[in-house]
Amino acid sequence: MTIRWGSYKVNGLYDELIRAAGKPRDAAKPLCEYFHALKDKEIEEYKAAAELAIHVMGVTFTVYTEEEGSIDRAWPFDIIPRILDKREWDEIERGLIQRVHALNLFIDDLYHKQKIVKDKAFPGELLKDSVNFRKQCIGVSPPKGIWAHICGSDLVRDKDGTMYVLEDNLRVPSGVSYMLENRMVMKRVFPDLFEDYSILPVDDYPSQLYDMLAELSPRQIEKPEVVVLTPGIYNSAYFEHSYLAQQMGAELVQGSDLFVDEKDIVYMRTIEGLSRVDVIYRRIDDLFLDPEAFDPDSMLGVPGLMRAWKAGKVALANAPGAGVADDKVVYSYVPEIIKYYLGEDPIIPNVPSYRCINKEERDYVIQNIDKLVVKPANESGGYGMLIGPQASREEREKFVKLIKNDPRNYMAQPLLTLSTAPTLVGNRVEPRHLDLRPFILSGSKTTVTLGGLTRVALRKGSTVVNSSQGGGSKDTWIVDMEAP
Amino acid sequence: MSMLSRVAENVYWMARCIERSENTARLINVTTNLILDLPRSANVGWEPLIEITGSDEIFTEHYDSYDEKSVLRFMIADLQNPGSIVGSLQNARENARTIRDIIPRETWERINDLFIRSKKQAQSGIARKHRYDYLQGIILGAQTITGQLAGTMIHDEGYDFLRIGRNLERADMTTRIIDVRSGDLLENEHENLTPYENIQWMSVLKSLTAYQMYRRTIQVRVRRPDVLKFLFKERNFPRAFYHTLCEVESSLAHLPRNKGIKKQLNDLQKIVLDVDPATLKQNDLHEFIDTLQLKLSEIHTAFSEVYFRTQA
Repeated sequence: MTIRWGSYKVNGLYDELIRAAGKPRDAAKPLCEYFHALKDKEIEEYKAAAELAIHVMGVTFTVYTEEEGSIDRAWPFDIIPRILDKREWDEIERGLIQRVHALNLFIDDLYHKQKIVKDKAFPGELLKDSVNFRKQCIGVSPPKGIWAHICGSDLVRDKDGTMYVLEDNLRVPSGVSYMLENRMVMKRVFPDLFEDYSILPVDDYPSQLYDMLAELSPRQIEKPEVVVLTPGIYNSAYFEHSYLAQQMGAELVQGSDLFVDEKDIVYMRTIEGLSRVDVIYRRIDDLFLDPEAFDPDSMLGVPGLMRAWKAGKVALANAPGAGVADDKVVYSYVPEIIKYYLGEDPIIPNVPSYRCINKEERDYVIQNIDKLVVKPANESGGYGMLIGPQASREEREKFVKLIKNDPRNYMAQPLLTLSTAPTLVGNRVEPRHLDLRPFILSGSKTTVTLGGLTRVALRKGSTVVNSSQGGGSKDTWIVDMEAP
Repeated sequence: MSMLSRVAENVYWMARCIERSENTARLINVTTNLILDLPRSANVGWEPLIEITGSDEIFTEHYDSYDEKSVLRFMIADLQNPGSIVGSLQNARENARTIRDIIPRETWERINDLFIRSKKQAQSGIARKHRYDYLQGIILGAQTITGQLAGTMIHDEGYDFLRIGRNLERADMTTRIIDVRSGDLLENEHENLTPYENIQWMSVLKSLTAYQMYRRTIQVRVRRPDVLKFLFKERNFPRAFYHTLCEVESSLAHLPRNKGIKKQLNDLQKIVLDVDPATLKQNDLHEFIDTLQLKLSEIHTAFSEVYFRTQA
């Protein structure tokens, strides 16, 4: 009896599995009992079995080193799953569908009439500063008006239990292959747990992805040519590119494999000659897609690809320019965007954001600066940020001045405390912070993965969940507690 | 779904590079033995190794003398020499990385492992004491990969490009070994060296692991015309020039759009079958080999144009 839930400390935070010491949430009860009954040796065995499965399946992410070129590392995996009750999930799913639907309408509007700007529901000057607004996309109408076919939205839960959207990834969101592989590992290692639970499946993602992509084909033929475009083996997500291509039965191509002729048709070079390509699931950023249209020095892209896309001769997913809506500042307007296009209130809230461009919000920020995180509009990666509760008086005063001088360049959010879940540390369990990235596919219908990728910060107290910085992952179970 | 040109090219080069590392190891091994066997006055030296591999230019750029250490460092460990053992294996590995879905996982691991080992232990190949073990390890490693691919990879178009790459590389190396080794012989041919002539021809055969097979097939003593005939024309010896062309031909037969290359290949086969090596004096032999190498390089270019650089 090594795992004693009675001594697991929730510490006033929200824990995904444990309500209070010794008291698992309903959906987690069978799991907690199962782990409680395990001996040290069995835990060791399960951990080893999971590691072996990961190795055998070749789940890796790429770390680049000077010495050996790029090498593949296994990504740490925690065998205790994160569990969500289907009743809560259904609501989240509705919220994500609502959100992505509104974002697609928003993007399409921005590249056409910009009604939302004209109606003063969204400040047009923000577009001028947006690094992801592509003027090359103005006037382009992708099929069904959908720009962000694949979206990965990061959800976090605060200590009061509220789930928030922290950000939307609308360019080339990654991580879905780990979601799929994590489930495979769990099914191999804990088949009996899957018998006790009614866990909703995630395995059909690749076929849903394929169907959604094939639907975009400009040629109405039975088997359109769908390819996955990767920057190549040195990209950290190369494993995922190759995994998804294999799972969909699609060709994995690099820029140099493709060729656009003077009639704007895209071909790939094969040993039989040129072969037409209909749909490109591109995992290359906008600016590297086409040296003719964007960065002329890009070695990754395909000259003429934008021409072909604009002429409707090839489909790109996601569409170029879709990233305009995952800008940090644009993010803070998503509730208004949902309201404007759908006439609805957002089902999943944004992390409350105070935009210093508005006087009332600015005054609030200045008065409460010791409680807030202040972020500049056009910085990323945590640069130029103030974490109020941890900052010195001088730093806070400096930021008050900065805000007053250039109010439209700043926004502020309350400091969230990410929820935790029990994570194995040695043979004991300790709480570790985590987030959740579900993936939303938008085509003729919208589907949300049943769960998503749970990333967990393995260092004690850390809230950094990135794989490159000590993050790991867990399987995510949506369980139907009402199933017979 | 037809194979991507890039994938075909990567398979082709992966095979060539693995074959190259093996051939280089063989070459060093046999040269080491030969130098130990011959009297000092024969003065064979290490320079022929550089000539055989056609890397004189890069070598002289970075080294001052053809001493044993410099030549071996260059041939084994120097990454500026793309034909060095470690360089070839690094190249093979980079090509293999991008086609991990085409080759069996175990083979990828072997290639990766062979590269890492060859690099880590390079020093032991340069010094004489453990050189044999090091080189034997490379040869064995390369042969394991070849065997694994033959035994576990699906024999589709990808495998055809693999065999084509391996055999073109082998054909090329065979001509190089004949060229330079036989060149040495003539220059060193004076009375008191005659007893060693036999040894030098044996070294030609041994570079190609052909000695034993030669004996079984030809059953006469080691003589220039017979050795040349064996190495150029023997249909059944895997490292004989004609044999490698037949291997390429049989793989090529499975590929689309193969007419032009097939003709080039058949022309080259005819040239080899028609020649009578006994009549080739040293200069003629050298010119003959030049022709073969030129044709090989034209065939490589043709593969590249037809399959790897597919254009509109």
